[in-house]
Amino acid sequence: MTRLDVKKTYKLYIGGAFPRSESGYTLQVTTTKGEHLANVAQASRKDARDAVSAARGAQSGWAGATSYNRGQVLYRIAEMLEGRREEFIDGIRHCEGVNQRQAAQQVDQAIDSWVWYAGWADKYAQLVGSANPVAGPYFNLSVPEPTGVVAAFAPAEQKNASLLGLVRTIAPIIVSGNTVVIWAHPSQPIPAMTFAEVLHTSDAPGGVVNILTGLRDSAAPWLATHADVGAMDLMGATELDWASLEAEASATLKRVLTPVKSVPEESLARITAFTEVKTVWHTKAMG
Amino acid sequence: MGFLDYSPAPESTGIVSLADEYGLFINGEFRPGRGGVFDSISPATEEVLTRFSEASEEDVDYAIGQARAAYDKVWSKMPGRERSKYLFRIARIVQERSRELAIAETMDNGKPIKETRDVDIPLVAAWFFYYAGWADKLEEATGSHQPHAWGVVGQVIPWNFPLMMLAWKVAPALAAGNTVVLKPAETTSVTAMLFAEICQQAGVPAGVVNIVTGAGATGRALVSHAGIDKVAFTGSTPVGREIAKTLAGRPTALTLELGGKGANIVFDDAAMDEAVEGIISGIFFNQGHVCCAGSRLLVQENVHDELLARLTSRIQTLRLGDPLDKNTDIGAINSRAQLDTISTLTQSGVDEGASIWQSDCALPERGFWFPPTVFTDVSTSHRIAQDEIFGPVLSVLTFRTPDEAVAKANNTPYGLSAGVWTEKASRMLAVVDRLRAGVVWSNTFNKFDPTSPFGGYQESGYGREGGLPGLLSYLRPHSVPAGGKQ
Repeated sequence: MTRLDVKKTYKLYIGGAFPRSESGYTLQVTTTKGEHLANVAQASRKDARDAVSAARGAQSGWAGATSYNRGQVLYRIAEMLEGRREEFIDGIRHCEGVNQRQAAQQVDQAIDSWVWYAGWADKYAQLVGSANPVAGPYFNLSVPEPTGVVAAFAPAEQKNASLLGLVRTIAPIIVSGNTVVIWAHPSQPIPAMTFAEVLHTSDAPGGVVNILTGLRDSAAPWLATHADVGAMDLMGATELDWASLEAEASATLKRVLTPVKSVPEESLARITAFTEVKTVWHTKAMG
Repeated sequence: MGFLDYSPAPESTGIVSLADEYGLFINGEFRPGRGGVFDSISPATEEVLTRFSEASEEDVDYAIGQARAAYDKVWSKMPGRERSKYLFRIARIVQERSRELAIAETMDNGKPIKETRDVDIPLVAAWFFYYAGWADKLEEATGSHQPHAWGVVGQVIPWNFPLMMLAWKVAPALAAGNTVVLKPAETTSVTAMLFAEICQQAGVPAGVVNIVTGAGATGRALVSHAGIDKVAFTGSTPVGREIAKTLAGRPTALTLELGGKGANIVFDDAAMDEAVEGIISGIFFNQGHVCCAGSRLLVQENVHDELLARLTSRIQTLRLGDPLDKNTDIGAINSRAQLDTISTLTQSGVDEGASIWQSDCALPERGFWFPPTVFTDVSTSHRIAQDEIFGPVLSVLTFRTPDEAVAKANNTPYGLSAGVWTEKASRMLAVVDRLRAGVVWSNTFNKFDPTSPFGGYQESGYGREGGLPGLLSYLRPHSVPAGGKQ
């Protein structure tokens, strides 16, 4: 008799825990050929609200950690990613329908990107900040700071994006001290939930990254209007009415990145897109 | 004459000769607008200074077309070194005409001559001087061999610092290689017209700078026009929201400098006399018509009474009246509408139970005036602690610990400015770290410089003006994510 494998039940990742959706709904995920792969939770507005609360609660502690520490936490996540390399390759092969070589290549790229961003934690402020030579007796310094909570929509409509797109969306957001609520792409959510397990076994404090699965159109406007969300990355929101989301975001003047149909490039600009410049003046005097 | 009375020392207005009527400044020349004519009055005397054309949608469309042609044919092709020299020329002419500009600004805006003379106009020249030097260094600024301007930029500016806001917008835009269509506020368009003359004197190529006058409808026509590549707006948060909504789903880039409700935090070890001067410049500079004004004073509880006594006694010595008088500290409120807003919000403070104190200075009979006002017994839920008043009205709250000070300071949707007064540098730095504000002044307030980035967090807008970030916001980003709302 052949052995029956144990199928995994996927849940959400909110505040460092794996709750089921309060809605009780699930969404079927299939292979590219239409075979059943798994059911994932259909996150509701309530789940999104819990995720924003968790992200908000974790934000000041995460931003308040030293950049050296944030860098180490990110690097630790890369270590855990590497350790689960084979599992990611399998997952990607199934959900994207790509071959072993292509899947392996994506995982390697994702790990390397994560390491690349980890290194920015204690460097980006040196490139983006400045000492300003004002015309007067003042010490004047500009430093970048995280925006707060960022709501993001992971890209995965094309091949080679289900892990890489997720990683290249999350890493630049959190490296500066933001926390994130990210909605995996509904068609390929499994690598995202495996990534949640990576986070869970790393040193990332609960709430820094929150991952939701399921269809995104009903809860997305709610995230766009949430006053505790400071910015939105609509990069992967191509299947949504993103122009409406951007319009909703204007009520609270969120910073918004609009969609493009590709995996995000690695760039310093993606980090600075979710930071604010704070300028500090102080008097100088001999007396 | 009492001890603190001064003889009048009015500036002569002889150096300013305004035309009876100004048209729109498009493609290097003045031409009448198609939307009617409106009066521009002095808020201190209510006298008509001149008249402006209102730009219609067709006028705005025409101005944008001319700006596009100038961008395509002239300005985008010109080497940065040449653009740089035009900006230096403008800076020099502003310096040469500074006395005239300061007086014109005071006549038009109502702010004291000592502020236009010593702050506004010197900063205008400094802004052009600073950005002139960036125009030929865009490769170094961007780290790219092919820095690209956005193209045609639509700019809308407020009435509180008319020429200074123009300089903040126009100087970096031109340095980066854009052409501009600018709309000044309808109550303060005089110095924009003088600036148009300066562009003519400097030989700036036709169409590079275009100025359309008018009110909200003209502004809406400008920012929503499909021919605009980037919008830069300074003004109220509600209008900023409307613009952000209008541009949603479009490729137009956007930067916004919006309202604020700045907290000025005074710890018990602060140098008290310096703090009093800083609190006064924080809220009474420019009659409080400052988005980054220190309109909420947070005082450590144990020094509250002493500080308030010193503060009110000092405020009593501020001289309110003719803005053209060199001894005047507090000038006129810019418009009747703004005076009404200030009065309404002040009344809400009284109605909600805060204690009001007003300087007993005499108000002139004509013009728009509001006495320096201080509210005590204010709680964080009062409207006067939450809403931007944009007038000479200070709300005083207390705190006991640095944690409480930070929590109260951050307790608004805005995040533009803050002040910290303490002699203890380690505490200052720790508090500054936790303040959610784009600009923090420590042991000083309301200081500006072209090298120093300025702008807000949260609902105070997005983007920075001044410094390198102020230049980069006028250049197309390279290898950047899509979208420009940052």
